[in-house]
Amino acid sequence: MSIARASPLPWPGFISKWRLALLVATALALAGIAVSVESRPTVSLVLATTTSTRDTGLLDYLDPIFQVDTGIQVQYVAVGTGLALDMARRGDADAAMVHAPSLEEAFMAEGHGLCRSPLMYNRFLIVGPASDPAGIAGTANATAAFRRIWETNSTFVSRGDNSGTNVKELQVWALVGYRPSPANDAWYLESGQGMGATLTLASEKGAYTLTDDGTFYALLSSLHLRIEVQGDPFLANHYHILVVNPAEHPNVKAGAARAYAQWLVSERGLALIADYEIAGHRLFTPEYQPGLPGEC
Amino acid sequence: MTDWPAVLQIVVITLLVAGTSTLIGAALGIPAGAFVALKKFRGRNFVRTLAFTFYGFPPVLAGLLVYLLLSRSGPLGALGWLFTPMGMIVAQSVLIVPIVMGVTISAVMAVERRLHDTALTLGADERQWRATAIHEARVGVVTAVMVGFGRAVSEVGAVLIVGGNIAGQTRVLTTAIVLETSQAHYVEASVFGVILFVIAFAIFAILQRLQREGTV
Repeated sequence: MSIARASPLPWPGFISKWRLALLVATALALAGIAVSVESRPTVSLVLATTTSTRDTGLLDYLDPIFQVDTGIQVQYVAVGTGLALDMARRGDADAAMVHAPSLEEAFMAEGHGLCRSPLMYNRFLIVGPASDPAGIAGTANATAAFRRIWETNSTFVSRGDNSGTNVKELQVWALVGYRPSPANDAWYLESGQGMGATLTLASEKGAYTLTDDGTFYALLSSLHLRIEVQGDPFLANHYHILVVNPAEHPNVKAGAARAYAQWLVSERGLALIADYEIAGHRLFTPEYQPGLPGEC
Repeated sequence: MTDWPAVLQIVVITLLVAGTSTLIGAALGIPAGAFVALKKFRGRNFVRTLAFTFYGFPPVLAGLLVYLLLSRSGPLGALGWLFTPMGMIVAQSVLIVPIVMGVTISAVMAVERRLHDTALTLGADERQWRATAIHEARVGVVTAVMVGFGRAVSEVGAVLIVGGNIAGQTRVLTTAIVLETSQAHYVEASVFGVILFVIAFAIFAILQRLQREGTV
């Protein structure tokens, strides 16, 4: 029986069926690729941005309106500010919306940026568990609060990802005069994740963390955290919009990126930003000043 | 979870990326695997070990390498494939080709020895014997494709880095789960997980049917 099946060799009849299946599958895949390539809008730009602009829903609110106004589609990649600027530095993004002025100034000084405009600010908050083991609730000074957290060895979750929030946190530690590290301080954790994931981690561990207010309000209902410290002017969180320099990166869509930057700081863009609320909280306050050198 | 068109889009992109990667993995991995199994050459064991080593290749590392390759500052930057489904397909193909190749090698080698003498006794020449070996190993070869697809559809590290998780463009089911989880949207994340499971089940059911028909 097995000899009868093995001879004559069943190669041609069997394979043609499989070949047909493969052919159909390949045709489907190619059609899929063709459709996806074809359906890409003719004008689009890649925006490297921070997790906070995504997690608050701001970009999903602004970008469709921008597309209706101009026909340009914004595709955003949300990572920490450090990585967002590096994507722009490599020419992989056309624009960046970020919040770490010291990193941004270095970026501009290196010649990677065509222009940079101040856009808006929100506030950083120190949030923590209701039990408040460090006793910092109501403190108006972020530096004093961080010192208390250090002195009481209360658990603190750092982003640890070179994001704008992480940079701000390290600036506060610099004012305290102590740089905690996970190697030496068991109470100091680094999540290495975005703001939303870090807040969830802090909530589960009953820990303190530094957060932007927008992400905090957006997630408030699922967190066991409360605001401990707010209102320190040092905790203002300034966002800028940057356009990548086409002289450094010829592939960059500087025209579309600049149109986006200028639309954001137009009266219409700023009014939309000012109107954006979550649960009754205004999340971002426009702070564009016209006429600054190097603006978009 | 009312935005069903967006969910459908994520499903379509998932199938497009994982399906195309699997096809590329099969188109390159099956012939390569058959070649290694049937041809005796110097360094054959080394190639086999290498293929199996790549089973454990971390997707994030593949993602990083393809990211650097496709970055506009990288050697293939002119293609403009970073943050597109094309880039994700490249990254996943890097992961899947060795898997399909490795399983194919095992499947073909398992039947090769048994067949060799029989086929030659029955008057088959070398070419016919090789064709028969591949045919007899077809169940294992389909398994290779299934393992490859399983890797592609469940993988998150490479597509997240190379695709950028752009809504409507490069967001697939796994990266959508990561995003929803990071925002504490556990219900949405779980729904995406269930969809992923259902899709994988349907695809594997089809492939298994094909496998059964092949053995009758």
